[in-house]
Amino acid sequence: MEFVRPDSLQEALATKAERPGAVPIAGGTDVMVELNYDHRRPEALLDLTRIAELATWSASGGYVRLGAGVPYTRLIDELGDTLPGLAMASRTVGSPQIRNRGTVGGNLGAASPAGDTHPVLLAVGAEIELASARGVRRIPATDFYTGVKRSVLEPDELITAVLLPVAGTAAEQFSKIGTRNAMVIAVCSLGLVLRDGRAGVAIGSAAPTPRRVSGAEEFLAAELPWDDDAPLPDSLKRRFAELVAAATEPIDDVRGTADYRTHALGVLARRTLTWAWDDYRGSVRACA
Amino acid sequence: MTSTTGGRTAATTVNGVGTSPARPDGTRKVRGEFAYSSDLWHEDMLWGATLRSPYPHARVTGVDIAAAVAVPGVYAVLTHDDVPGLNRYGLEHPDQPVLADDVVRYRGEPVAVVAADHPETAQRAVKLIDVTYDVLDPVTDAEEAVRGDVAAVHPGGNVVRHAAIRRGEQASQADVVVTGRYEVGMQDQAFLGPESGLAVPDGSGGVDLYVATQWLHVDQQQIVAALGVSPEQVRLTLAGVGGAFGGREDLSMQIHASLLALYTGNPVKMVYNREESFYGHVHRHPATMYYEHGATRDGRLVYVTARIYLDGGAYASSTGAVVGNAATLGVGPYDVPNVRIDCWGTYTNNPPCGAMRGFGAVQAAFGYESQMDKLAAACGLSPTEVRRRNAMCEGTVMPTGQTVDSAAPVAELLDRLDAMPLPSGPSRDAGVADLRSLPGGVSNTTHGEGVVRGVGYAVGIKNICFSEGFDDYSTARVRLAAVGGEPAVTVQTAAAEVGQGLVTILQQIVRTELGVDQVTILPAGTSIGSAGSTSASRQSYMTGGAVRAAALKVRGALLSHAATTLSRTAAELHLDGGKLASAADGVLADLVDVLGEAEFDETVEWRHRPTEALDPETGQGNAHVQYGFAAHRAVVDVDVELGLVKVVSLDCVQDVGKALNPQAVVGQIQGGSAQGLGLALMEEIRTDGGVIRNPSFTDYLIPTVLDMPPMNIEVLELADPHAPYGLRGVGEPPTISSTPAIVAAIRAATGKELLRVPVRPDHLI
Repeated sequence: MEFVRPDSLQEALATKAERPGAVPIAGGTDVMVELNYDHRRPEALLDLTRIAELATWSASGGYVRLGAGVPYTRLIDELGDTLPGLAMASRTVGSPQIRNRGTVGGNLGAASPAGDTHPVLLAVGAEIELASARGVRRIPATDFYTGVKRSVLEPDELITAVLLPVAGTAAEQFSKIGTRNAMVIAVCSLGLVLRDGRAGVAIGSAAPTPRRVSGAEEFLAAELPWDDDAPLPDSLKRRFAELVAAATEPIDDVRGTADYRTHALGVLARRTLTWAWDDYRGSVRACA
Repeated sequence: MTSTTGGRTAATTVNGVGTSPARPDGTRKVRGEFAYSSDLWHEDMLWGATLRSPYPHARVTGVDIAAAVAVPGVYAVLTHDDVPGLNRYGLEHPDQPVLADDVVRYRGEPVAVVAADHPETAQRAVKLIDVTYDVLDPVTDAEEAVRGDVAAVHPGGNVVRHAAIRRGEQASQADVVVTGRYEVGMQDQAFLGPESGLAVPDGSGGVDLYVATQWLHVDQQQIVAALGVSPEQVRLTLAGVGGAFGGREDLSMQIHASLLALYTGNPVKMVYNREESFYGHVHRHPATMYYEHGATRDGRLVYVTARIYLDGGAYASSTGAVVGNAATLGVGPYDVPNVRIDCWGTYTNNPPCGAMRGFGAVQAAFGYESQMDKLAAACGLSPTEVRRRNAMCEGTVMPTGQTVDSAAPVAELLDRLDAMPLPSGPSRDAGVADLRSLPGGVSNTTHGEGVVRGVGYAVGIKNICFSEGFDDYSTARVRLAAVGGEPAVTVQTAAAEVGQGLVTILQQIVRTELGVDQVTILPAGTSIGSAGSTSASRQSYMTGGAVRAAALKVRGALLSHAATTLSRTAAELHLDGGKLASAADGVLADLVDVLGEAEFDETVEWRHRPTEALDPETGQGNAHVQYGFAAHRAVVDVDVELGLVKVVSLDCVQDVGKALNPQAVVGQIQGGSAQGLGLALMEEIRTDGGVIRNPSFTDYLIPTVLDMPPMNIEVLELADPHAPYGLRGVGEPPTISSTPAIVAAIRAATGKELLRVPVRPDHLI
């Protein structure tokens, strides 16, 4: 197996165009496991760690452009206030060592239904930037995932960045079930965003792909008392939980049962809505 | 340390028994510089790899190695035809093929081995071996296997051992009767250092094997038989061991690497990866247990009846001894006048099971402690009161008829637990609590919603050292001489240091007995007699006992020599702080001067007092040499809507007879308790039709620092007059009571019956 180390994005894209079988590697927290277990034998590895621009982020116009190679630890430290939902999800990834290496770009590259950042990317309405020698395109996260560990990424493309709205007065929550209290693959997970009369809701590990729950989003947009500084009625939380639970399409596996996943997502829906609504009212009041 | 008192110099030996000096290997381990068995390297070394059966049960109809042999860089591809000696090994029964011949009996059974000049090449060659199988139905249910409803996995039938214990009335009646069926899942030792070793051929038909193991001499016996060579031709040296917990009692790569080394004439290294490791060692026996407890209305036990099924999987390993423990310890640390226990260990086509910390006592404890809580509820007593009313003590007669002849402070353990302060209540103040203190941790599943607290208790009992008439001994050589102007001692044994700290303890013992600071523990190997296994919580007792005995012989010889030199009688001399002294006149001489060119070298084979076999009909007999006891109180917060659990505190009281190294004792209690927490909440090898579904640390979960709470630990030192320094084995008891205490606490929080461990989230909602 060849180890290709491009110094620039341009060089990397040229390599990927010539050798679409080359597997990009940044932190290596997924790819190396696959190689070590011999689940994958790529002809070449394309090391992205020398491409400085992939490991940077910038903010402008209410958006953060997060380089695909920024490790979780930096994201948590540097963008915890700007992208609170993504930071919450990032804190649940693996161990400190894994968070020092792993990246959102890698999470997207693997496109596992259990990937921790996906529900947040879907809920906040992130766009994924894909580049190739042919050019650059931006795909809404909703359109990115196409199946279990599959995405719209073309063989000659690299994931270069993710664009996310700065939270501002939005309330963002992420919640994940695991069978131990740290360092665990999601049994199921949920991302929730409340922003300016709109809601974003997405679930992970509960369907073949990470999934937005449009019905629940529309319900919240229509039914939340956006201009009213009151706690939410239980009936509203219950209905929201039902809509989230109804959107699941889970399986039984060694990590949990389908029934449990559906049940737990209903509970998480209720709780995260309560927290997000409290945060939202708080931040709106603070700005008023 | 030397101090001057009243004009006379008194010397004191430091870092002896009862203190906590630094481990000799501690710094290197913490810095990542310690050489584990997987770090071994040799010039011209080849790499071994193993082809394993993809089926839990199949007839092997053909093995074609031609394509594998043709790979450049491949030096050998060996099958059962290439095993020169006996193609069978095993701890209790030689029933396991070195390489499968006619039948494979579990998923992962070795079929062929390859040696190549690169590990990648070896793996590629393994994939090119063409094995044809005639797939058979796997036997996967232990109870069916015992009943004989299914095919025999081995020619002699599926019962490896049935142990029956009969004491007192066999048809008792009682006012209060509680029953239950309990299950324990298959736990794994989950040691971090994978199976690995290096076999170096000696050029004349023999081999030197460097390997991480628990019992060098029993490895040696099995290797010798398989290779068909003489014992002197197979020499083992212990390599750095990255944890064991019972999982290294059985052979893994030992014979395979030796075979490949002898065949190729090159050194051969083998290292399993994590997935292969799950196939490469035995696990804890899963158990199904039927218990019936009868008691008076005030909660005093009248009888216990139990049927216990332990699934030994494809090969016997140490199933027989595990059955003996589960049966003899099956009622727990209680005084029960009438007992009827039947325990079966079976063959199935599940992964082989054998030794793991707690060894049969863990499974039984989940059954009997669950029953004690049921009995408490039925009698309207607190969990600690019902246990106190039935607590065994010194003098209690066990279900085997054996009288317990040293401290058995069960009631005291409970009293002390009760007296420990409880942690403050769960935080319901949303947004304030540190997420890490809540169920779910930073996964942010609750800010206090749904969290209910529960408290649970459990006590456990474990036999220490080998039982049932086994000739249990350890061999130690202690040598004292002056080296570089200092008195120095070297200690040689074959005892496996697997991380528990025996090397530190042995140094401490020598310092105490000889007053010499500089003590070197030589590498363990088969060049000296057996030390027995590092298991059954026995090495401090056995190898500690042997080293002490050898040190005492050295001391006797030295004092005789010194008596002549100093014109004293040996009886008035003693050794302390590198000096020879007498009670009357204080320090008389430096030890190094008295030693001069002399050398004192003693080897001792040391035994504990003998035990007896159990009567096969009644299970009566003085089967155990010593009993150890620990008790836990668990406090849990359960998110009752999500079924997630945070163990808030896990406090433990244990009697250790004498804490040779108090820090190491506490470490054992913490580690054992964590392993018990794992079994309570998450650790299980899940199988489906005999196939492991989670052979990785991604899905075989062990507790992290956010799962394991800080512990309050009280260590009692009630000396056992039969044991060296009065010590009582430490390693296993804390693993036993931790699990049922946590489950009891979860029951208290949720009201769920919880008849199976590990408890999973979906059991709680």
